[in-house]
Amino acid sequence: MAEPAKTPALTLTPTTPCGAMLPLRIGTLTLSEVDPGHLTAMAPRQGGALGAALSAAHGLDLPGPGRATGTDAARAIWFGRAHVLLMGPAPDPSLAAQAALTDISDGWAVVRLEGAGAAAVLARLTPIDLRPTVFPPGQTARTEVFHMQAAITRLADDAFLIMVFRSMSQTLVHDLRTAMEGVAARAGD
Amino acid sequence: MRITCPICGERDRREFYYQGDAVALRRPDPDDTPEDWDAYLHLRDNPAGVTRDLWYHEMGCGAWLVVTRNTVTHEVLGAVLASDAARGAA
Amino acid sequence: MRLARGGQIDRGQRIAFRFDGHRYEGFAGDTLASALLANDIRLVGRSFKYHRPRGILTAGSEEPNALVTLGQGAAQEPNLRATTLELAEGLAARSQNAWPSLGLDLLAINDLAAPFLSAGFYYKTFMWPRALWEKLYEPLIRRAAGLGALSGRANADRYARAFAHCDVLVIGAGPAGLMAALTAARAGADVILCDEDLRTGGRLNAEALELDGQPGADWAAGVTKDLAAMPNVRVMTRTTVTGAYDQGTYGALERASPAEAARPGAAQETFWNIVARRAILAAGALERPVAFRDNDRPGVMMAGAVRAYVNRWAVTPGQAVTVFGNNDDAHRTAADLLAAGVHVTALIDSRPDATTALDVPFYKGAQVCAAHGRKRLEAVSIATTSGIDKLRTDCLAMSGGWNPTVHLTCHMNGRPMWNPALASFTPTPGAIPGLTAAGACNGTMSTHGCLTEGARVAAEVLVDLGFKPADTTIPQAEDAPYRITPLWTVPGKGRAWLDFQNDVTVKDIKQAAQENFRSVEHMKRYTTQGMATDQGKNSNVAALAVLADATGRGIPETGTTTFRPPYAPVTIAAMGAGGQGAGFAPQRFTTSHRASIAAGAPMIEAGLWYRPSYFPKPGETTWRQSCDREVMMVRNAVGICDVSTLGKIDIKGPGAAQLLDFVYTNTFSTLPVGRVRYGLMLREDGHVMDDGTTARLGPDHFLMTTTTAAAGQVMRHLDFVHQGLRPDLDVSICSVTEHWAQCAVAGPKSRDLLNAILDAPIDDATFPFMACGPVMVQGVAGRLFRISFSGEQAYEIAVPARYGESLFKLLVGLAETMGGGAYGLEALNVLRIEKGFITHAEIHGRTTAFDIGMERMMSAKKDFIGKAAAARPGLVDPDREQLVGLKPVGAVKQLTAGAHLFDRAAEATRENDQGYVTSVGFSPTLDTFLGLAFLKQGRARHGEVVRMVDHLRGIEALCEVCDPVFFDKDGGRARG
Repeated sequence: MAEPAKTPALTLTPTTPCGAMLPLRIGTLTLSEVDPGHLTAMAPRQGGALGAALSAAHGLDLPGPGRATGTDAARAIWFGRAHVLLMGPAPDPSLAAQAALTDISDGWAVVRLEGAGAAAVLARLTPIDLRPTVFPPGQTARTEVFHMQAAITRLADDAFLIMVFRSMSQTLVHDLRTAMEGVAARAGD
Repeated sequence: MRITCPICGERDRREFYYQGDAVALRRPDPDDTPEDWDAYLHLRDNPAGVTRDLWYHEMGCGAWLVVTRNTVTHEVLGAVLASDAARGAA
Repeated sequence: MRLARGGQIDRGQRIAFRFDGHRYEGFAGDTLASALLANDIRLVGRSFKYHRPRGILTAGSEEPNALVTLGQGAAQEPNLRATTLELAEGLAARSQNAWPSLGLDLLAINDLAAPFLSAGFYYKTFMWPRALWEKLYEPLIRRAAGLGALSGRANADRYARAFAHCDVLVIGAGPAGLMAALTAARAGADVILCDEDLRTGGRLNAEALELDGQPGADWAAGVTKDLAAMPNVRVMTRTTVTGAYDQGTYGALERASPAEAARPGAAQETFWNIVARRAILAAGALERPVAFRDNDRPGVMMAGAVRAYVNRWAVTPGQAVTVFGNNDDAHRTAADLLAAGVHVTALIDSRPDATTALDVPFYKGAQVCAAHGRKRLEAVSIATTSGIDKLRTDCLAMSGGWNPTVHLTCHMNGRPMWNPALASFTPTPGAIPGLTAAGACNGTMSTHGCLTEGARVAAEVLVDLGFKPADTTIPQAEDAPYRITPLWTVPGKGRAWLDFQNDVTVKDIKQAAQENFRSVEHMKRYTTQGMATDQGKNSNVAALAVLADATGRGIPETGTTTFRPPYAPVTIAAMGAGGQGAGFAPQRFTTSHRASIAAGAPMIEAGLWYRPSYFPKPGETTWRQSCDREVMMVRNAVGICDVSTLGKIDIKGPGAAQLLDFVYTNTFSTLPVGRVRYGLMLREDGHVMDDGTTARLGPDHFLMTTTTAAAGQVMRHLDFVHQGLRPDLDVSICSVTEHWAQCAVAGPKSRDLLNAILDAPIDDATFPFMACGPVMVQGVAGRLFRISFSGEQAYEIAVPARYGESLFKLLVGLAETMGGGAYGLEALNVLRIEKGFITHAEIHGRTTAFDIGMERMMSAKKDFIGKAAAARPGLVDPDREQLVGLKPVGAVKQLTAGAHLFDRAAEATRENDQGYVTSVGFSPTLDTFLGLAFLKQGRARHGEVVRMVDHLRGIEALCEVCDPVFFDKDGGRARG
């Protein structure tokens, strides 16, 4: 016989998309989970002035296609044809008049790949041109990471922010780990 | 194969989803004849040469594109946003 | 035999290896082929069809004979060329296609039966009786003829794929490629330089040539060192560019060095997609044999390969070497052998006007007409103007001239041009957009010519790309003219071999022509000339020449076969790299995944998602027991099901309601804020695309749900309708599927359960059926929807995904205290069948709103996607198959999905088909199997008994046709 069910504790506790899978250290490379704070998809309204509002409220420049602005504390990342992603702060209420705001804070797994060879790791997973002349720090792309829809932002020469849908975090870590091991095995050649 | 997305620049073919003839942008009016609707829905040319197709930058920026290409030489001659093409057609 | 001096090998580093079980030693820098020759191993394989003894013919990737198998078990890899295999400690290679052993191959009997085994033999002989083909003939032929075998087991080795981008891709690192790369790199272009060899230099490594007074190999090493030090250059050795594709995309296969391959996590091979603005093909040229009697004996080798073994690996393939050619280049072989102290038996040149200054017996205007010996060459016969001479020799270095390596230029349907001066084909300029050929692959044969052309072509490319080429100094090098008089075959009795790998002889080609396989493509398929791993790289041009002669045409008119990618074999593992096991497709896990696994739930795949099938309790031994319990639990108490996988799309903006009115058949602009409505979505062709509920969360804010399976398709569709048809609408479409974790809470006790966790309780008045709104769950902002896919009083509650796991555990824990618990997809399916709710089993792409009985949901007051087509007479024909319910009424009580329906008395044949079953399940609520089906004129046939026949499973059952809603027809339970 099963034990009689006990009333569970009435509380909700959060988990992160990657949890105990990260961080990973392989060779010169580290892969760690990023707590992005709030993620807000901002779709500029027709005739709106999101750029001015974003600058006034959050001190961020509105990024054009393929660009990301800001710092670790607050970023604005171009996020596709229709959206700019506000990463970090909760959106200032003044933005709502200029853009349709959608909270997607929990929708994405966000990881940081860092270290010598980071671009070589990503080159095994994404078809985009990662040459520093084409994709320097501050550049971002919506593309694929192996089979997954992804957003990749270059933070520094050897550091990338990689985002995929939350449900695919296990596959993301699997694919990145495999690529990191492959690149690490080249060291010394 | 590479397609130059008007927003993202040149990208690998695998980022795109292929739909079909760009005639889909010229939707008849509800009251148009059954023949018009039949042509819109079902009648397609199969040119050996230049063709205009709809592609969706699904893994990229999410834009629908009208891509002009040559089915014989595989040249990709250009791509414009479907939204621009639709506004132009209207 | 190893020479005492010279070679680009490290004599200080001995490497032990095995061939067919015997232990040998070579040096670092050896290939398996050079090490075998150093150990005086001549016989390395048996031929494909006749099992003739074969030796090493070449020193490169074009090798047709010396194919070996490496590895054991799952890692076994067949058909590797000994000529490109780097020797590594412990390497163990096995010969192929010989039984019981290489030395004594019993299937060599085929060679004696050769008169019967000529071209087309199989096609002609094994025609009849037809039944014997599959069981007898084919297995027999496959056993007798073939290359190495696969293990048949999954290979656990890793393979990778990767992408690279550059301004200039240089293919081949011989003199032309190195000069091109250097010129491009110095101008500041991003350069990728690929060579399939483990070191750069190309023929410079194989020849005794000097550049600027230093050995050619040293010059190449120096240039490569300079290139590798430049940040804009990537030198990729061990990398074969295998294909040229559209818009400057090239495929390349990189093999890991033995040291890298041995490290954990290393990829054995990497398949590269290289995107280059421009490419320079500097692939060199391949030497071709001359066809004469028994020219396939071990010891008969390409002259250029003999020079490579002598100069690069300090190995002489014979003690007494004879050189035979039709061009000046062959003479170098005799010179290099003499310089290395090897005895040269004779130099034979088929040209009557040939001359030599070398101190060797010289035959001009003579031809080797036969080779003697079986497992190794013992002598050759020479036809001179004065008769036949026989010379004792253990190695023949032959040269029929050089074929430029034009293959890549033909990958986009280009054809090469015949160049009579070279007696070979050269590339047609522009055949691959953005690719230019330089050096020997372009028909430029001297070292000086290659260096100059490499630099010149690079400079032209750079100007095109907007770079300013710097002045380049061309090193001093030989500039000897290349003179050749074609010699394809030597007349005489016996078999003269063209394609060594496929055992195609001159006679086979002539026979093909005789039997009217005159087109080169027909000849190829009839004789197998040019097939298999080497793709006829040595033999194609000579075979064309024989066909041209046999059909009375010139070679240019005869034309070439089509060269397709890949240039060299690419393992399937490399092509599909990363796609094995978990890499095959992304796995999508809900936030409740771990909790479901912990509860013992078997998971089933729903698209990329994994969802629990059922939650077994102690004592339950079949899935049906669990499923039945879970269904009754929902009907009588409360059940919890994670429904986060359904697509959720946030639609915002002043144009949101208009967009929804356009994509749904029914109207959403009239939906009040705080309410949910079921919507039906058609394709423009009038068939159902998807269904789901959409909630209005604010005046300009809707939340659409889609089915799990169609979430991606609906997103694509919405984007298309907005961008392509209604770009005027100011609306934002954003997927929030992954942001919200959502659970169904279903059953008569669902509200009680929710009120235990909500910060503010709800009741029927404030939260009636089809209401929605924000709620607080233990301090977390969530959303609540009163919708039901079970027919019970039910809700779906959503919280941000970070709380998803916690919410699921909390809900299930509370439900269990109330006589409920978690339910899986099996129970979900039974619950919805009992209610006649459809899924993609019913809206499978060929059904209309009319078919599923929802024609009244198609608004007459507005236009919507699919409206015009849905009204076409054929799509509302009363004779169409319409959705009905089925209940078994005969002796057999089982229904099966996929079974077909027939009139009770009719024969169960296609002509009598009346419809088919889409969904079935056993209903514990009603204690019977239930089915949903499409039946011709079904709505008018309620009460009729039809016959269900499942031809595949052999099941027949009589069924009563009824309304698809089996349970609680007026829907009181969901509202109450």
